[in-house]
Amino acid sequence: MASHAAPANPSKIWGGGISPFSMTWGKMFMWIFLVSDAFTFSSLLIAYGYMRHRFSDIWPIPGDVFTHFPFIHGHVPLAYVGLMTFILIMSSVTMVLAVFAGHNLDRKAVLKWLGLTIIGGFMFLGSQAWEWFHFIHGSEKGAYVLADGRFARTDDLEPGVLIFQDHSKVEGAEAQALMETAKKNIHGANLTENEYGNTPLFANFFFFITGFHGFHVFSGVVLNIIVFILVYQGFNDRKKDYELVEKVGLYWHFVDLVWVFVFTFFYLV
Amino acid sequence: MSNNHHAVAAEGGHDHGTLTTKLIWRVFWILLGVTLFEVGIAFTSIPKDILMYTFIVLTIVKSYYIVGYFMHLKYEAVPFRWTILLPFILIVYLIFIALYEGSALSMSPL
Repeated sequence: MASHAAPANPSKIWGGGISPFSMTWGKMFMWIFLVSDAFTFSSLLIAYGYMRHRFSDIWPIPGDVFTHFPFIHGHVPLAYVGLMTFILIMSSVTMVLAVFAGHNLDRKAVLKWLGLTIIGGFMFLGSQAWEWFHFIHGSEKGAYVLADGRFARTDDLEPGVLIFQDHSKVEGAEAQALMETAKKNIHGANLTENEYGNTPLFANFFFFITGFHGFHVFSGVVLNIIVFILVYQGFNDRKKDYELVEKVGLYWHFVDLVWVFVFTFFYLV
Repeated sequence: MSNNHHAVAAEGGHDHGTLTTKLIWRVFWILLGVTLFEVGIAFTSIPKDILMYTFIVLTIVKSYYIVGYFMHLKYEAVPFRWTILLPFILIVYLIFIALYEGSALSMSPL
């Protein structure tokens, strides 16, 4: 009994000789990279929060900005990003199932689930391209910088109405006169101005944060394709080890995790 | 002896058998349900402050499930879990100072 006591519980006491984290170097370094990447994304989102609090009186309400949905005329706020979230969570599930199949050395199942994950990644990237297109393109009438310097938006569903930053509205002949004497009519968004609010920061953060995340998704899809080809060629069967799938899986879940935070802090709050 | 082995695996060894396909799908339904709930309450007349805190709590709930189950951290060795999670105290601190200063600046004239 006593002779059994020492080696029976190696995860509790570390006396050298074995890895204290019972984990391979490759996986541990993927984790360390992800922690550093999480810090980068946190900094971006915190910078967004800082500026949003700083300019809280003129910051656009995301629910008023992201209202489009394919084939639907009218406002469907949040539905589209909700769909994008669903696509990414779904592809995360197929990725766990690929990792799970890898533990059982089931090459066919790994290929099936990893293939579906790649398709999900492409669907997400396509959705993001659509979202960017509508954000850049903007609404039909855009926003106006009035003669007195005030900023007013329009709404395609309420033609002839000007909406000010404090949500008060002007319509009819008065609005018409203000539009005709306006200094500038802004359509869509770019890095110097946008029709969603009287600060370029909102669009800048949108492009940078969702762009940086989209680039991560793109990199993830490329890595997944590389691993898919290696698994297909039997690389992992020869090694009798599917840890490669686990490593790209960690990265892919991280990308999903970041999207959960972007979804909350960019679209919901 | 066999009981002892089970205890080790459950406590944070690297027994992958603990994550089953059934559990994976259950986590998926939780994540989907929480997301739908978030979108659903976003346009109710609940006060903005309460909504904001609800969203933040639900986001942390979602990240617990993604990191814990999908990324498997729940089943890794305990010291490793802390190695990964503790640095995020710095992020909490940065959130506090950035939002505090942002609000203070917005109240003062330019």
